[in-house]
Amino acid sequence: MNATATDTHEQHDSHAHGLSDATAIKIALILGTMTALEVSTYFVDFGAFFMPVLMVLMVVKFLTVVSYFMHLKFEHQMFKFLFYTGLGLALFVYFVALATFKFFS
Amino acid sequence: MAMWLFLGSECLLFGGLISTYMLYRGRVTQGPRPSQVFDIPFTSVSSFVLLMSSLTMVLAVTSAQRKDNHRTKLWLMVTASLGATFVGGQVYEFTAFYNEGLGFTTNLFSSSFYTLTGFHGVHVTVGVIMLLSLRGIISKDKDTGDRPEVVELIGLYWHFVDIVWIIIFTLVYLIPA
Amino acid sequence: MAIIERPTPADTISLRMPVTPAQSMGIVRRPVTSTGWKSWVFTVDHKKIGIMYGVFAMFFFIVGGVEALLIRLQLAAPDGKILSADLYNQMFTMHATTMIFLFAMPMAAAFANYFLPLQLGARDVAFPRLNALGLWLLVAGGLILNSSWFLGGAADGGWFMYSPNSGPVFSPSNGVDFWTIGVQIAGFGSLVSSINLIVTILNMRAPGMTLMKMPVFCWMIMVVQFLLVFSLPVITVALVLLTFQRSFGATFFDVAQGADPLLWQHLFWIFGHPEVYVLILPAFGIISEVLPTFSRKPLFGYPFVVFSGASIGLVGFGVWSHHMFATGLGPISVAAFSIATMAIAIPTGVKIFNWTLTMWGGKIWYSTAMKFAIGLIVLFTIGGLSGVTHAVAPSDTQQTDTYYIVAHFHYVLVGGMVFGLFSGFYYWWPKVFGKMLNEKLGGWNFWLMVIGMNMTFGPMHILGLQGQPRRMYVWTEARAGEGFFNFGFWNRVASLGSFILAIGILIFLINVVHTARKGKPAPLDPWDARTLEWITTSPPKEHNFDRIPVVHHLDEFFHRKYQENTTTGEMVQIATGAQLVQAEEDNADAHIHLPSPSYWPIAIAVGVGTLGLGVVYGVPIMIVGVLIILGSAFGFVLEPSVADDIDYDPPMSGGQDTKELAPLG
Repeated sequence: MNATATDTHEQHDSHAHGLSDATAIKIALILGTMTALEVSTYFVDFGAFFMPVLMVLMVVKFLTVVSYFMHLKFEHQMFKFLFYTGLGLALFVYFVALATFKFFS
Repeated sequence: MAMWLFLGSECLLFGGLISTYMLYRGRVTQGPRPSQVFDIPFTSVSSFVLLMSSLTMVLAVTSAQRKDNHRTKLWLMVTASLGATFVGGQVYEFTAFYNEGLGFTTNLFSSSFYTLTGFHGVHVTVGVIMLLSLRGIISKDKDTGDRPEVVELIGLYWHFVDIVWIIIFTLVYLIPA
Repeated sequence: MAIIERPTPADTISLRMPVTPAQSMGIVRRPVTSTGWKSWVFTVDHKKIGIMYGVFAMFFFIVGGVEALLIRLQLAAPDGKILSADLYNQMFTMHATTMIFLFAMPMAAAFANYFLPLQLGARDVAFPRLNALGLWLLVAGGLILNSSWFLGGAADGGWFMYSPNSGPVFSPSNGVDFWTIGVQIAGFGSLVSSINLIVTILNMRAPGMTLMKMPVFCWMIMVVQFLLVFSLPVITVALVLLTFQRSFGATFFDVAQGADPLLWQHLFWIFGHPEVYVLILPAFGIISEVLPTFSRKPLFGYPFVVFSGASIGLVGFGVWSHHMFATGLGPISVAAFSIATMAIAIPTGVKIFNWTLTMWGGKIWYSTAMKFAIGLIVLFTIGGLSGVTHAVAPSDTQQTDTYYIVAHFHYVLVGGMVFGLFSGFYYWWPKVFGKMLNEKLGGWNFWLMVIGMNMTFGPMHILGLQGQPRRMYVWTEARAGEGFFNFGFWNRVASLGSFILAIGILIFLINVVHTARKGKPAPLDPWDARTLEWITTSPPKEHNFDRIPVVHHLDEFFHRKYQENTTTGEMVQIATGAQLVQAEEDNADAHIHLPSPSYWPIAIAVGVGTLGLGVVYGVPIMIVGVLIILGSAFGFVLEPSVADDIDYDPPMSGGQDTKELAPLG
């Protein structure tokens, strides 16, 4: 990773992640719809699908904002590493900790 | 880069608070339970407000990249006011809960709930302050379009606050204890 | 956003705002003096900050050491009268907290701050003012932590501060409040400095220095900073919960309300176990520099040492529950954590193997630095082996909360970490201060410490297996047992040993004073060293390098001094270190620019400290703290990183000359 290589990479990136306003609005609309769907679970009984639907929507929304609004999808590998390491470690340690409290059973 | 690292670190902070809440939300020996106080329609609206503030933040960032100072300032202001609306909603919500008998010290649910959402609220407030200061600084700039990186960095922070709320909203409000 | 963030950083607003401080905040001129106390307090120079970290850490090493001696005096004889039970609790709590948070971490930070930019071939760290902020936050935390001695008693819950024992019911004095606030603030300081150091390593290496050509010390520091970045937020959560419980009546650890006492333990050890590696890895890094230099051989298996360090860091996040085997986690958890813990012995073993083979066949020069490095290998291995016995859960259940545990972690921390740091003192002293530490006194220093340390902590294995509990404040002759396993005898040996250890450390301090007064000036390359920090003067100039080195090899400095004879394959000296330094000076870069000193880092730290005291003493003080933080944060952000010319006194009135602007290396 010498300086020149990274510089060119960076220029390449800044071209790629130029998220246009129109796309941004579309993504926001999708996010809004998903939120509406989430809220609807409060009023409509989804039965067995309740938990999975909410969980999937939550994860999809999370990743959409991270990937597009925060344009991590188009960023340097190093940034992905930094953020997803933190996220992954958080998920790992807290899942294990909650599991030892028999939270999931 | 420092900002991404900081956000990675923040994941563990909020992870800890959320886990504490998840562990304790059902442990109510006195006072109201979660389902007795939550006002889902109200919180849905404020969640939507925060989500849309992410959109306006993106618009601020793209304007800054186009070196369009005027619109950058406009969108920053819109984002800040949406954020302030969210915080206002949270203050209202806390007051309402408190009047229903859910004090900070009432039970394990209340302590962990107020700590989690309160921490998030403080993050939003700090974000609003940063947005307003940034707007002020841009106004004073001699050259236009001088600092897209700064707008982008504050944008990253702002989106992060939003994604944390995405998780809190689902785990805390929508899934019953 | 670019991956390259130069120290004229894109993400502080400062650079692009050509305002003078007079315009920006209407406050005083930049502190630009280069002598006197102001040049230290407001500095952003990583070398001065490093030295201040070192002085701070050494002070608290002595404080923590005195606390340890009091503990050993209390236990030297049956029915000790020196400390009351309450004071004894405070003493061991503060001994551990001081040694970990106020000695070990700051001392590692001292080395990291001083040598990281030098080894990377950079002129400073990525965010010089954040660097100063990290230091001053740590100082604020340390002062708050220790002020509790004079304000109603120190914390008394052990360094792990288990809840609900640390709650307001069982620990009514303010000691624990000071403890949570102090550790919290010191933790913020570490977080700031670790983000800074990671960015420095990733972005500011000299041209040509790929990650795999980076010195092992830098690698280990990087692993440590990642551990800190990802583990400190967890302790932050735990401390916030405890603070809210104690100061604002929250119920997190109130068992009557249905709280789970294990929550604290999980949060604490998710932080606490990576913290253990935070303490030891810098020492591993130091001796990975010292051993090759004094064996006159390259480090054996560099990639293995690097990756085993990284994997220790990673696996370190998955073993925390081995501190909790005795709490009834359930068989599956215990088995899983037991296996993970044993697995961590593998990369550690790889390192020990590589160090040993580095010395194998080398022309070993038994300098004091080298002696300490070898001491580390031996003593750490002993501590590591007793560590493996803890990984075996049934055996651990027997050992939990006995002196066996105390023996184990003092072998790895004193025998490992402290010896590594002392090795670093002797190795780098000439670099930092331009004078050689006395080798004869160094020998005394080393041998007294080895003897003292083994006499103190060796018997604790026996005491522990005999069942002497940790944190027990007296023992009685009647129940001390007989013969070889007599408690009294081994406790006396341990206490005697602790004083020998203390004398060893005293000799180091004498050595420092002696060197400052009469020490002989150090040659430019006293050890025939291998890495870039030696390619400049000792002590280094403010801008570190006259010319930013271009790196072609691991151990670049060595390869500039020696070249391989193509026929015999031997390394032949082609230049001396002094010649290389001279060559650099002759080809110095013009227009070197450095960031200017700043008031704001220390101002923010004062604000944070005030806010912390406010948590103990009431809301008005908190508000004052928040206002100070806000004000100085604005000052921090709005200030250009380089002082304007008008901030400097003109040279004729005794001030310094202005500095030229040029891009930093």
